[in-house]
This record gives sequence, structure tokens and C-alpha cells, in this order.
Amino acid sequence: MENIIEFKNIVKTYDMGGAEQVMALQGVSVNIAKNEYVAIMGPSGSGKSTLMNIIGCLDTPTSGQYLFNGLNVSEMNDNELAKIRNREIGFVFQTFNLLARSDSLHNVELPLIYAGVPSAERKRRATETLQHVQLGDRIHHKPNELSGGQRQRVAVARALVTNPSIILADEPTGNLDSKTGEEIMMLFEELHRQGNTIILVTHEPDIAEHAHRTIRLRDGHIESDEPVTRRRTYTAAKAS
Amino acid sequence: MLYFLTELKEGLAISFRAIRANKMRSVLTTLGIIIGIVSVTLMATAIEGVNRAFEKSAEAFGTDVLYIQKFPWVSNDDWSTIRNRRMLEVSFAARIERQSMFSAAVAPVVGTARRVTYINNSMEGAFISGTTSQYLATAGVTLGDGRFFTADEAAGGRPVCVVGATVVENLFPRGDPIGKTIRVAGYPYTIIGTMEKQGGLFGSFTADTRVFVPLYSFQNQFGGRRDVTIQVKVADLKQLDDAKLELEGIMRSLRGLTPGKANDFNINQQEILTQTFAPISLVIASIGLFITGLSLFVGGIGIMNIMFVSVTERTREIGIRKAIGAKRRTILIQFLSEAAALCLIGGIIGLAIAFPLSLIVDKFLPTAMPLSVVFISIAISLVVGLISGFLPAYRAAKMDPVEALRYE
Ligand SMILES: Nc1ncnc2c1ncn2[C@@H]1O[C@H](COP(=O)(O)OP(=O)(O)OP(=O)(O)O)[C@@H](O)[C@H]1O
Ligand SMILES: [Mg+2]
Repeated sequence: MENIIEFKNIVKTYDMGGAEQVMALQGVSVNIAKNEYVAIMGPSGSGKSTLMNIIGCLDTPTSGQYLFNGLNVSEMNDNELAKIRNREIGFVFQTFNLLARSDSLHNVELPLIYAGVPSAERKRRATETLQHVQLGDRIHHKPNELSGGQRQRVAVARALVTNPSIILADEPTGNLDSKTGEEIMMLFEELHRQGNTIILVTHEPDIAEHAHRTIRLRDGHIESDEPVTRRRTYTAAKAS
Repeated sequence: MLYFLTELKEGLAISFRAIRANKMRSVLTTLGIIIGIVSVTLMATAIEGVNRAFEKSAEAFGTDVLYIQKFPWVSNDDWSTIRNRRMLEVSFAARIERQSMFSAAVAPVVGTARRVTYINNSMEGAFISGTTSQYLATAGVTLGDGRFFTADEAAGGRPVCVVGATVVENLFPRGDPIGKTIRVAGYPYTIIGTMEKQGGLFGSFTADTRVFVPLYSFQNQFGGRRDVTIQVKVADLKQLDDAKLELEGIMRSLRGLTPGKANDFNINQQEILTQTFAPISLVIASIGLFITGLSLFVGGIGIMNIMFVSVTERTREIGIRKAIGAKRRTILIQFLSEAAALCLIGGIIGLAIAFPLSLIVDKFLPTAMPLSVVFISIAISLVVGLISGFLPAYRAAKMDPVEALRYE
């Protein structure tokens, strides 16, 4: 299976001034293949978000090598990273991170603007993606006119609209009640079935069980990395 | 290129949304630019007015007219060396006319200030000029109504006169001066023509306050021993310098100056005035624009300040944009265009305020807001926006996306 992500001994330290340093990641090596569905778990402060930010090219490692689709990301400059973030990565955040002053359509259009897609095509693709996440009737609503679940679905649509290679979600259900959380997880499951690669961070075992593989972090190390044996799927749940 | 335009368009769209979302703040911020643009454009308009007034006044002397006179118009020489010069004589004019190849017309002019009256109206200090029929051809003035006196009238010392616009205004408030007989220091003169209004800065030098009378009449009534100005119109402006040399030679022989003796006369021309005025005008313009430019500078600082606030307020937004693929350049353009848009709006409002005010300036100086000032001030406000927006925009552009996203 072709690896989309290869981490070789990735270290991330934060200088706290003086000699003090925080080792957020202490030499992480991991491969993730195309069309995997991975859950990252671990206690607070174990380095999950740091790992996600590096995978998502938002941050760069202090040392170690990161190959994305075979490209050496650790050596890329700011512009090249921005391009990867734009074309190859769809980010979904715990706090949605939508532009408050813009409606759903414009929020979803945004990555396409940065990709240089012409206006008409942008509108068409953004509308289609919003319809895909069942928000066809909320196109001109601003974030404060939407429920939490709807906001997160706009964020998912924004992550999807460029057809990225991977979707990264850092606690996407963390700010949602369990029912709306389930809706988002159903959406992810469908995306995975359609061939997307998904990596998500979660604290909740229930959520993690939707994935195919669980990586556990502790103090910046990988504590365990194993396939999910008892998988939950909505199709199975419905069948039973 | 296309990509850049898309970015610019998006940047402008974001800017206008941000400006609209903070209407009150935007208005207050642009106030500095508005005041700056108003003062700069008004200053430029006033300077333009002074220059135009000067040019108009200088025009009255004619670019192709040489004035042979006892004294220079502008001089750095010691007054004591020239004060005792001999007067020029009326008879020189005829000799010059005969000998000069380069001149088209020559007129001697003598003058004195007198009181003129018509029935109950009077004017003090009108400038009475005695001259010949050639005068009109040697001056930068145009006849309004009627005619100038003929050679015969001049030689015969007829009691006729041609008057300037201010004289008409003073003596004939209801108009229609032609054919009326006025009194110049008591002597009757019949008006046969009027001069067009000149305006300008040089009071008695303009034709407005003058009464032109035949030379012979003048000499009879006001005395012949008076200093004379000989006005020479050069046939071809391109030969002005040759004409000057020629006139100098003729004058030296008329004066009987042996080689080695300095001229005891001067050949003046309009250019002397413009040359003298140009550096003064430049200094006035520089100081004026510098001082008003300071207010624009302060306005620019205001924009910079508010742009820093705006960047800080929108740290999270910057993080989001970067996370989904905005490049540094994209963010830079976004904030630069916001600053530029703010300043441009301020500049346009400023112009809209300055324009009616410039019409008031027009009441005092012959001016109108030059079109170039309109374009330049728009360009200036754009540049001020770009300069004052640059530091804040640069700070935004180089923000770390992770930190920006974490910003509360
Ligand atoms: N900008 C930073 N400066 C200093 N230390 C940091 C910074 N970002 C993260 N850290 C530290 O790095 C470690 C890992 O943080 P990280 O955010 O990755 O944890 P996490 O696993 O996502 O935790 P949580 O489950 O609470 O989100 C923590 O100890 C944190 O204090
Ligand atoms: Mg975290």
C-alpha cells in the first residue's frame, strides 16, 4: 500500500526562554497509507495536536524527516507549505474556525479562491459540496445563524471542497453534543468509503472505534499503534 | 497575473467588508487623511493661483517686448552707482525705430499719477501715460472698445484718451464711457477707446489704472523733462537676444558712451520678472506643501495605527486563512488593500470637501483646482495607504498559522 505520510523520528520542541524546553514530540516514526482511517488518542498534553499540525503542514518539526506523498515537507518554504495546505489537506477543527462575517458559501469557497479557481466554478463546487453535507438550504447563512453541528458541517465542506489527499480532524466532535457528534462521524465514514484518507484526534473511545487503526500517544511518544478490532459502523449498527 | 488579480479582487472585497463592519472607526480613521488631502489640495490650489496671477501680470509686459529704461527692474547692483544716471529722451524712440532691424514697433512712454474726474466721479492716482500711436503694438494689452489714437492725433496733441478698466469702473459705474469727456488734472480729454481688463499683481503697471494720452499733449500739460521708457516690440521672438544686442549698440551710440564705459541704461524684459519670481514661488510652494504634507503624514500614522489594531483583532482570521492555504503574499495584499482602500476613501472625501472650498479661493486668486492636483492627491492617498499599511500587513503576513489559530 502506498504511504501518504511517512514520519521518521519527528521531534518537536518548544523553547520556553532560557534553558527550559518543552518536548512536545520526542521522536515519532509512523507511516499512514492511502485510504486509511486513523484515530489518534492520548491524554491531554501528550502531543496529539502538535502531531496533527505537523501532518497538516501548519507547523514544521524541529528535527526528523516528513515525507508527504513522497515529497520532503521538512525542507519546504512557506509558500510551498501554503500550497500543500491548500491543495492536499482538509483541516477540521474543534472550534470550527469559520470566518464569522462570511456566509457558508463564501467560507467553503475560500480554499478555492486561494487555489485560483475562477468565480463561477468556485460557486458551483462550493454549492455542490454544501449540498453533499446536507446544507443546501443554509448556503447564505452566516456561522452565527447556524447550529454547532451545522457549523462543523460547513467546516467539513470547506475541508472537502478542494478534493484533498487527506482530511485531518482535531477533536471534531469536541464541541458538539453526542447526537450531532454522531452526525459528523457518519459524514466521515461516508467520506472514507468514498476513498478519502482520514486522521482524527479524539478523547472519546466511542468515536475512535469508528476508525480502522488507533495510535496512542503519551508524553510525545507513540505508546501503541494497533488496528481497531471491534469496529463500529453505522451501516452495521443499522443492520443489527 | 490572473491569479494576482483574483487575489487583489478578493483582498478588496475583504477590505470593503471590514470597512463596512467598522463604519464609525473607519470614518474616524480616515478623518486624518481627509484633513490632510483637503489642506494639501487647497494649498496646491492657492499656489497655483499665485502663480497664475503672477503669470497674468507678467503677460501684460509681453514676452517679445523690451523695455529700455534708466533703471533695471531687478538688480543686485549698488543703488549709488546707478542713481545718478541721465534720463532717457523721447527723441531716442524715433532714432531707434530708424536704426533697428529687429524691432517691429517702438513707443516712448512717459507717465505721471494724477487725479481724473468725470462730473461727480473721481479717481485719485490714475496713471497718466503719454505715448505714441505705436504703443498698442508694443504692449501686452488689448483694446476693448473704441480705438487707439492715430499718429496724427498723437503728433497734433489732440485731447483724446484711451482708458483702462479700473478707470472706467471708477468714473463710469453705469458703463458707456466712449465719447465722454473726462478731466485729467483739470484738462479735458475725450475718451475714444477702452482697454480690456488685465488684473494681476503689479498695480500701476497694468493698463487697468491708466489713462493713455498723446505724447505731445502730455508734454504740453505735464512737462517735457520726464524720464522715458522706450518700449520696443521685437519682430521675431526667436531673435530677442539679437535685438537686445542691437538695441544696446544703438543706445550706447545715442548716449555717446566710449568703449569700456558701462551702460547707463537697462534693457528690461518680462523674463527678468519670471526668473526672479520662479525661485520665490518654489520656496513658497515647498514650505506650503511641506506644512500641509505634515497633516497628511499624521493621517498616515493614524491609518497605520488602526491597521495594527485591525491585524491584532483578526489574528484568528489570519490563522484560518493561512490554514486553508493563503500565502504570505495573499495576506499582505489583503491588508495592504484595506489600508489603501481606507486612504483612497479618505482622499476622495477630502477632494469632495476641498473642491467647493477651492471655489472660495477662486474669489481671491485667479485659480481653479488643477486637474493634476486631483489625480496627484488620489495617487498620494493611495501611496500613503500602501506605506502606512505595509508594516501592519507585513506583521499579518508573517504570522505563524498555529499561533494565530490559538490566539484568543
Ligand atoms: N506554542 C507552544 N509553546 C510551548 N509549549 C507548547 C506549545 N504548544 C504546545 N505546547 C506543549 O506541547 C505539549 C503537547 O501539546 P499538544 O497541544 O500537542 O497536546 P494535546 O495532546 O493536543 O493536548 P489536548 O488533548 O489537551 O489538546 C504540551 O505539553 C503543551 O504544553
Ligand atoms: Mg489538542
